[in-house]
Amino acid sequence: MSAIIEVNKVSKSFGGVVANTDISLSVEKGTITGLIGPNGSGKTTLFNSIVGYHPIDSGSILFEGREISTLPVQKIARLGLLRTFQQTRIYGQMKAVDNMLISLPHRKMRFADAFGRNGPEQYERAEALLEFVGLYQKRFLRAGSLSFGQQKLLEFAMALMNEPTSLLLDEPTAGINPTLINGLIDRLRRANEEFGITLFVIEHNMRVIMNMADHIYCLAHGQLLAQGSPSDIQGDQRVIDAYLGAH
Amino acid sequence: MGKRAVFYLALIIFMIIAPFVFPVFKTQLATVWLMIIVALTWDMTGGQMGYNSLGNITFYGTGMYVAAVVTIALAYDVGEYTGSSGGGIYEFTDGQYFTGMFLGMLAAGLFCSVVAVVIGYITFGLRGPYFAIGTLGVAIAAGELVSNWDWVGGGQGIALPVYPGDFENGKILFYFLFAATGVALFLFLKWLYTTRFGAAINAIRDDEEKAEAMGIHTLQYKLATWAMAAFFVGVAGAISAFQLIHFEPLESAYQTINLGIFMVVCALLGGKGTLWGPVVGAILFHVFKEVTWTYLLGWQWVALGVLIVATVVYFEGGVVGWLMERKPHWFSLPAKADEAAGDDQS
Repeated sequence: MSAIIEVNKVSKSFGGVVANTDISLSVEKGTITGLIGPNGSGKTTLFNSIVGYHPIDSGSILFEGREISTLPVQKIARLGLLRTFQQTRIYGQMKAVDNMLISLPHRKMRFADAFGRNGPEQYERAEALLEFVGLYQKRFLRAGSLSFGQQKLLEFAMALMNEPTSLLLDEPTAGINPTLINGLIDRLRRANEEFGITLFVIEHNMRVIMNMADHIYCLAHGQLLAQGSPSDIQGDQRVIDAYLGAH
Repeated sequence: MGKRAVFYLALIIFMIIAPFVFPVFKTQLATVWLMIIVALTWDMTGGQMGYNSLGNITFYGTGMYVAAVVTIALAYDVGEYTGSSGGGIYEFTDGQYFTGMFLGMLAAGLFCSVVAVVIGYITFGLRGPYFAIGTLGVAIAAGELVSNWDWVGGGQGIALPVYPGDFENGKILFYFLFAATGVALFLFLKWLYTTRFGAAINAIRDDEEKAEAMGIHTLQYKLATWAMAAFFVGVAGAISAFQLIHFEPLESAYQTINLGIFMVVCALLGGKGTLWGPVVGAILFHVFKEVTWTYLLGWQWVALGVLIVATVVYFEGGVVGWLMERKPHWFSLPAKADEAAGDDQS
């Protein structure tokens, strides 16, 4: 297996606050990789650095062997590296199905294509993916009128619509009804297995991440604390201490 | 024939016969079309894309000047013409007048599109109120710049030849030029808002950061939208230049506090972000303005202020937004009750 995302010695600070220090990790192609750590440990900052949301202070980030740390957000997204947001972001005033259609991969479009309309294939695909996340009944509703959990599912479906090679998910189960979480785990797995999308997931729900991930990285105080298989991480005293606030 | 077809047909017939049925109001009706054009183009960025520009008047003024310069340059040296300050005798043949008008309108539209791309490249880095103030600054600066540029007449402005023929026929011509531009714009937008392009600018309005994260070419879309809006405003400015005959930079061309604000009020009053909103708003606004300017003279600006405050505070969706909420089936929208069904599970 080869690494699809490689983070080498990345540091990022905001004024006096050091959010990430010398973090190195790699995400293997075709896997589900987890990123855990207590609140404020720098997980979302690392995600933001990877997708080009802000420039990094030092280090390098490779996606499919290509340096991306100096590229802007849109270009990285068009390479096929996509992210979802911790505070869910959808297009509130547009219908759910229109949210899906505008998420068609723009890397495959020329500017002139913008003046065309979507054909039946695109509608079918949008509806199939809405069905996949269980929002088919809600497809003609304004996305902003959906509940938070439904918006989260919609955002996930929009990401799939974009046909990314790699998807960074920031707390996909936060705010979702516990009875729906099993269904979501199943869908994330299927996205990984059936669509072949590499997933890199920030998650606070240990049951979810331990069940799903092939490999887990743990951050604490902006540094990489531990890594390994879910069972290694569960047994690691440093990880348990970090979560309980031992240091 | 469906209800919709009857409705559109009635509108078109009214549009064609209006200047003959109400001959006294020919220029007023032309002004209504001008308001519709500037309100619709303002709404392209303000309503559909979420960028509230206060500087679209720049394109109106620039369109006027481009049309004037093109027309004059066809027959005379522009510097000499403006330098004479109306003292010299300059005759224009019918051919020169109409060629100037046609080329002037075209050149005004194209030039304004280019200006929009250049200004947009700088100002689209600004968001929300900063964009509004930034573009307002551009409009004010453009007016001052032109009023100090002697080649185009400086602060005195510039005069165009008078319509060669019966004056009343001239008024009818200007009415139909505005009306044709307005109809073309309306049909263009009706089509544009159903394409992927329309969806992309709506996405930018709803959440630009998300649109970027999804790989949409946001800057391209923003520049293209503004350039299209500027084209139509420029053309409208060119027609206004011929209609007004003489105009000066600060009060009639780059009139930031009049037309520059009116277009925003029209869109808000009618309902921004809808196709019909700016049209309805422009008609209502112009009627309101003419009534208050006639019967409340002295208090007309106060009445206008009250209208703006009332619209913004009590009428957030404008007239069309208000109708959409009450009569959703007119717009083939789901009723409120269906929307609420979206909240039943999480």
